[in-house]
Amino acid sequence: MMAVIRFWLAHRSELASAFGQHVLLVAVSTLVAVALGVPLGVFAARRPRLSAPLVGLANVVQTVPSLAMFGFLLPVPLLGGVGARAAIVVLILYGLLPIVRTTIAGLTGIDRSIREAGVAMGMAPGELLWQVELPLALPSIVAGVRVAAVVGVGSATIAAAIGAGGLGEYIYRGLSMVDSTVILAGAIPAALLALAVDGGLLWVERRLSARRHSRSRRLAAGLAVAVIAIVVISSSALAGRSARTIVVGSKNFTEQVILGELVAQTIERKTGLAVQRRLNLGGTLICDRALLGGDIDVYVEYTGTSLTAVFHQPLSTDPKSASGSREDGEFSSAAARANGGGATRALGKDVYDRVRDLYARTGRTLLPPLGFDNTFAILVRGRDARALGLRTIDDAARETPRWRAGFGYEFLDRPDGYPGLAKTYGLRFLDSPHVMDLTLSYRALASGQVDLIAGDATAGLIKGLDLFRLEDNRHYFPPYDAAPVARAETLLRYPRVRLALDALAGRISAADMQAMNYAADALHEDPATIAKRFLADK
Amino acid sequence: MPAIEFDDVGYGRADAARVLEHFNLSIETGEVMALVGRSGAGKTTVLKLVNRLLLPQNGRVRVEGRDTRDWDPIRLRRSVGYVIQEVGLFPHMSVSGNIAVVPRLEGWSAARIAARVDELLELIGLSPQMYGTRWPDELSGGQRQRVGVARALAADPPVLLMDEPFGALDPVTRAELQVEFRRIQDRLRKTVIIVTHDMGEALKLADRVAILEEGRLIACDRPDAIVKSTDPRVRRLLNTITLLPGANEGQPSAERESPRSSARSSALGGEAPSASPEAESLRSRPRSSADGGGGPIRL
Repeated sequence: MMAVIRFWLAHRSELASAFGQHVLLVAVSTLVAVALGVPLGVFAARRPRLSAPLVGLANVVQTVPSLAMFGFLLPVPLLGGVGARAAIVVLILYGLLPIVRTTIAGLTGIDRSIREAGVAMGMAPGELLWQVELPLALPSIVAGVRVAAVVGVGSATIAAAIGAGGLGEYIYRGLSMVDSTVILAGAIPAALLALAVDGGLLWVERRLSARRHSRSRRLAAGLAVAVIAIVVISSSALAGRSARTIVVGSKNFTEQVILGELVAQTIERKTGLAVQRRLNLGGTLICDRALLGGDIDVYVEYTGTSLTAVFHQPLSTDPKSASGSREDGEFSSAAARANGGGATRALGKDVYDRVRDLYARTGRTLLPPLGFDNTFAILVRGRDARALGLRTIDDAARETPRWRAGFGYEFLDRPDGYPGLAKTYGLRFLDSPHVMDLTLSYRALASGQVDLIAGDATAGLIKGLDLFRLEDNRHYFPPYDAAPVARAETLLRYPRVRLALDALAGRISAADMQAMNYAADALHEDPATIAKRFLADK
Repeated sequence: MPAIEFDDVGYGRADAARVLEHFNLSIETGEVMALVGRSGAGKTTVLKLVNRLLLPQNGRVRVEGRDTRDWDPIRLRRSVGYVIQEVGLFPHMSVSGNIAVVPRLEGWSAARIAARVDELLELIGLSPQMYGTRWPDELSGGQRQRVGVARALAADPPVLLMDEPFGALDPVTRAELQVEFRRIQDRLRKTVIIVTHDMGEALKLADRVAILEEGRLIACDRPDAIVKSTDPRVRRLLNTITLLPGANEGQPSAERESPRSSARSSALGGEAPSASPEAESLRSRPRSSADGGGGPIRL
């Protein structure tokens, strides 16, 4: 707990802005959900035949896991993409159900004789709605708003996966660093916020039900107006990033966050432009969409990943098909691999060229590689490797029928992932591979829950947890040279950004990267600090 | 010209038993007309046809000589006060707020509304200072019913429809309110239709009594003539008020559906012998219908 408090103190201003973003996400989405949900509920309450399907539909929306919902929305123009806007759309969809449902319940629960009295007194439908029906349904509607807002506080933490900011950033950062202090630093304020929202709206609801205290009714109404005013003002202040801001993205694992910081700090130092960080975006495809849609300007990608996962191109791992064997100091594939020599280096260059052309066709520029190849590393415990004399994946294939495997979500599905690996080496396991978070899989291996995982070659935990990397002796994996990919438009407008990033070319060796990952994962250092120190040393 | 006129009105689904069939009735300006009959006889339907909560399938309903179909429903309803069975006070409004509903809809000034609310509270015998700011659930049943009447009278509508206005009250309060109703009516001279299944109440309050059975009008006359009727169906209804306590068990009674029926019968039973003489006395009272249009109709 002391560690959490120390973390908060060290990150006060960042924490405050994350908290503010979180509140804003929930407030904006809840307000819009009210603006849509109450009229929908009124509409449905008057047409009983419609209300059942409508509530059913809202129920279905509610059951879609929020991460999946963010995924669905990524390619949708206007609503989707990456950032706060898409997050708000998802939060609105979640908020609609409780609000529509309680609006219907509140309206249909009104005594028939009261409604008839209104009609008989000559109230027009609108007068009946505003003077009788809505006031009587209000406590019920507020109960729905309360549920929507509390659910929103929770779902908004997940919105950090698509770069919406908020307290979820800490939770994701903590998860990727396997650092419970950082997780708690985000989770505790989020939980407190949920409790506060719940309590506050419960108070409003009670005040409204005790309808005889017209003074506190007015107070509650005043509070609501104040909240709306604050939200409108602050969201208009936040709307639209300034034209001179470069947005740096990253995926949601340690190395990516460190690389994101490196890129961001390099741009800051060398160009003086303001940099906005959208680190910890959900995965490869989210980053790619964000770059295409202009939500981010640059992130670091791996050439093999681009080729297979982004562009769905077949792998050609046959070194002879490589376009040339020209030596190029920036290509480190060979260095990162135990064997392969010049052929592998040529392959790396070939993949890089193909990917660069593919990016160029879609308005993006692949910048020179950073200098290390983060291929998949098939890992086993060091103690097993020594005891069984394992060196290559072929060696391990003899043992795997008695083993369990654990893989990250992406690895199981990727064209360059598990299915091809199993085929190439004839791997069979005791049971089907366990799906787990990539970062957690290192610990699962070390603690004996699984016996073989697919990690990153540069992972700091390989050293930290005494893991052994099996050699890819059949050259199944393509090269994964890390290189920044940026929007061509941004580079044209800010040539200094290109110059700054060119300066990083070939500067980060596999050993450097592994050391930085180790500092973050095993020593729990802050990625920003690690990046700063690295740039200062170089 | 009668204030309200039913001209061969039919209402109900064609395939089922009709709620109303060939219904003819004229109510004169300033007259109190009681509609008596058992539950399901069509009494409430008659009321709802007047303020166009329902439209007839056959025939015409005319208010002030104009077919209700030709009335703007909102205008019509604001000219017709309605006191309903379950009171229907708005629980989210104070007593004053409830009374002020129609004047507010009509866009009266705040000062005029406040004065009118006080006036009406005085009229129904509730002190404006004590009761104006109370909430409906803080009132007794009788007080709520009075407020319901005040609310119906708020914009001074020429016509007042009352659906079992005293049905849910204890016998003492009920008798009190009946006396008060007559007092108010003598002052205001509204055209009133009051629905009841209590023959005693009808005879006590009305200038004329209309008796419905299964959607048809079987009798309509002054109370003194009704009590002398030889029609067996009318006599059966009259018997319900002259029966002694407990003697109505097993009898076809208009009140058998009410759990309070025996209590009410006993209360009325005490005054039953005087029912007819009282009806006699009503006869001598000056009738507004005889005034010849001197009523307060201002449509």
